This record gives sequence, structure tokens and C-alpha cells, in this order.
Amino acid sequence: MRSHPSEYELVVPGTLPAVLSLLNREPGAWLPIAGGTDVMVQYGAGRLSAHKLVSIHNLPELRHIEVSPAEIQIGAGCTFTELREHALINAEFPLLASAARWTGGVANQNRGTLGGNIVNASPAADSLPALLVYEAELILVSARGERRVPYTTFHTAYRKTKLAPDELVRSICLPRQFSAYHHHTRKVGARNAQAISKVCIAALAQITHQSVDDIRIAMGSIAPIPLRLIETERIIRGKSIDAKLILSAKNTAAAEVRPIDDIRSTARYRAAVAGNLVAEFLSNLAPSIKLEPTSEPTND
Amino acid sequence: MNSMPDSEITLTVNAKLHTLHAHPMERLLDLLRHQLGLTGTKEGCGEGECGSCSVLMDGLLVNSCLIPALQARNATIVTIEGLAPGDQLTALQQAFLDCGGAQCGICTPGMILAASHLLKKNPQPTLDEVREGLAGNLCRCTGYKQICEAVLEAGRHGTKSEAAK
Repeated sequence: MRSHPSEYELVVPGTLPAVLSLLNREPGAWLPIAGGTDVMVQYGAGRLSAHKLVSIHNLPELRHIEVSPAEIQIGAGCTFTELREHALINAEFPLLASAARWTGGVANQNRGTLGGNIVNASPAADSLPALLVYEAELILVSARGERRVPYTTFHTAYRKTKLAPDELVRSICLPRQFSAYHHHTRKVGARNAQAISKVCIAALAQITHQSVDDIRIAMGSIAPIPLRLIETERIIRGKSIDAKLILSAKNTAAAEVRPIDDIRSTARYRAAVAGNLVAEFLSNLAPSIKLEPTSEPTND
Repeated sequence: MNSMPDSEITLTVNAKLHTLHAHPMERLLDLLRHQLGLTGTKEGCGEGECGSCSVLMDGLLVNSCLIPALQARNATIVTIEGLAPGDQLTALQQAFLDCGGAQCGICTPGMILAASHLLKKNPQPTLDEVREGLAGNLCRCTGYKQICEAVLEAGRHGTKSEAAK
């Protein structure tokens, strides 16, 4: 049943301090709405529990992309279109640029924001695994001041985050230290475009003489929160890539992810795909290694 | 539940300035169709998946079912009715006719606006770029082949008329 507009309040304070002061006066009472690509969908379906909304769309304080020698700071209100068109993001953070490119279609990319993707906290959000492997930090802002928190621990449970009721995400900071890394991403979904992922992977590795010095693997759509595959990374780090390592990494990943069943896929399928995605990443890193045929995981 | 007082929304639609009264959370789609009678903009899914309600807002392709009225205040909107300046079809609209890119017509306005947004950014797209540019617009009749062909044709035509200048 569709929502009736007369039952909802929407205000547009126009500046960041005015929004923060409203959130501070009545913490938790106001739901921020930026491009509306999540909030308006819930509203249209009559599933939006908040009845007081505050627009943060186009707030100039949230639209910056600032580059310093150490990091890039992306305003939380930057759209996926802005991310996918940004030269430095494409050059140094290609996993984020790719995720922006396959988040919804063009119309949703023109409205949807990186900050919105983070706080909406869908486990299926395509940009979040990239933020995990790039070890992003978030600048959170409220009328009480600013704090900088690591993104790795921001999601605490399904759709729960460390954001306080009076806070907004102001910026996403990415350290510029991955230019020597291999970047790998892939989305597995029902169709190429405008499909929500069944599983997506974002991964980074630094290789010297065939040995993996550093590796980071994250997956979306697979667990209640975006997931770093710590155990899989551990068994790969410091090793040379050979067929045996690929097989054990594949089995470790399939066992580590403990996936969800939902409308888009089953846990069993997701575990198998997770293992295969890790195997594919490693064999891309060492193209001379012959990949075993993809198969069901051995742990079920 | 209290009824919110109506807000005054001034916006430009197809080069005409309008001042409307609406609830702040009324959808732009409903303002266009119900208040302005611009029924070329269609409602399909109502959740940003199908692109039938695509319009250009300040030059950007958006789904008008996902825009609350208050966020459209002072915006410049182009709907399918305003794409061609007069009675003459644009090259893109003509290409949809010539290539059989329209069948039942529900997706067509959104397809044409998405294609015009694409051609503005990328006047001579490849087939893959056309497919990506139209990825948010669903058609249940044509199978997309004629639609993509129409956009490619419009790209070729646009390049020819640029060259003739």
C-alpha cells in the first residue's frame, strides 16, 4: 500500500549546521534523505517507518572531493556518477569506480550517494567491499563535533552501524597507498545491469617475485554486513601462488563466508561462488597456474 | 497523523515556469502527471527499477518516482513533451520511429530521455555504451535490439549534421 504524502514531513534546512542542529534537537526523530534512491523506494512501498525527513541532498558541505598527498577525501553526498567520472578515483581506487559504475542504472547513479550507500548499510551494497579493502576511514559529524572512525568496524550487525542518531557521515577518506597493488573486482548477479548482487568481491594484492606480500579480500551480499575474509587472507599472505594454494584458499573462503539465504540466492550457491571468486582472483595474479575446474565447495 | 500544510514549489518544466502547491513528499512524477497533465512520463514500477518515469532534472537523468516535490524546488525539468522544441521531432525521436524502437510505448519516453542524456555526454556511443546508458530502462516488448539501433542511428545522424555545419 502506497504512502500518503500528507502523513510525512520533509524539511530542507539548506546548510550542514542547520541540519545538524535539527538532528541534535531531536536525535533519532529525523531521517536524512539525500538522493532518495533507497528512502523513496521504501516510501513508495509504504514501508518507511520514519515520518519526519530532512533533506541533505546537494548540501555543498558534503559534495567535495579533496586530494592530498596522503589521502583522498570524498564528500558523503558525492553521487556514483561523480565517483565513476573522477580521474584519480579511476586511477588509484578502480574498485570503487567499478562499483559506482554497476550500482543501479544511470538515473540512480545520478542521485545515489556514497554516504547513503554506507548508512543504508545493505549487505548487498556494491561500493562497501571496496571501502573495506582500501581501509577507508569515515569522518562523522554532529553538532557536538567531528570524529574519525575506521570503516572496518563501522557496521556492527545487519543494517546497524556506529552512527549516532544525531550524526551524519561527512567524508570518506581513502589512503593513497595502493598504486602498486593489483585490484580485482567482480559482481555476480542475475543480469549485468540494474541487478542487485548475489555475491560481489573486491580484492587487492601486492606481489613480489610470485609471493603475496599483502592481500585484502572483501565480499558483499554474502553476510549480514560487508565482509573481510580475514582467515582466507591469512592463509595466502606470504605464500607463493600455486595450484595447491589456490585450492586451499578457495575452500577456506567457502567455509569462512557463512553466507545468507535470501530472495536473491541461497547460502550454498553463495559459498561455492565465494570460493570460486577467490580462486579466480589468485589465478589472475599468477596466470601461468592452471585453474582447477570450478566446483562445489568441499565443506557441505 | 497531522496533515502537513502544502508547500509552494516553483520549478521550470519544459521551459515554462510553474508555481505549484504540493505536499513536500509528493513525488515529482505525480506533480508532472496530475498537476501539469504531462502524462508522457509513465509510472512503471514506482521504485526506481524500470526507468519509465525518467525525466531530465537540471540536465541529469533521474527517476521522477524517487524525487520528493520539495527537492525539485527551483529545478529545471525536461519531460518527453519538452524534448523537441516545436512540432518537429528530434533526430533521436525520428530514429526511434525509423528503427521500430517503440512498441507499446510505456518505456519509450524514458528510453528517449535516457538516450538523449547519453548522447549529450557521448555523441557517438558504441553498442556497449548504449546498453550501459539505457541499463536502467526496461522494455518488455522490443527485446532492445531496435531501441539500441535507434540510439546508434541518432548518434550517426548527429555526427553527420555536425560535419555539415
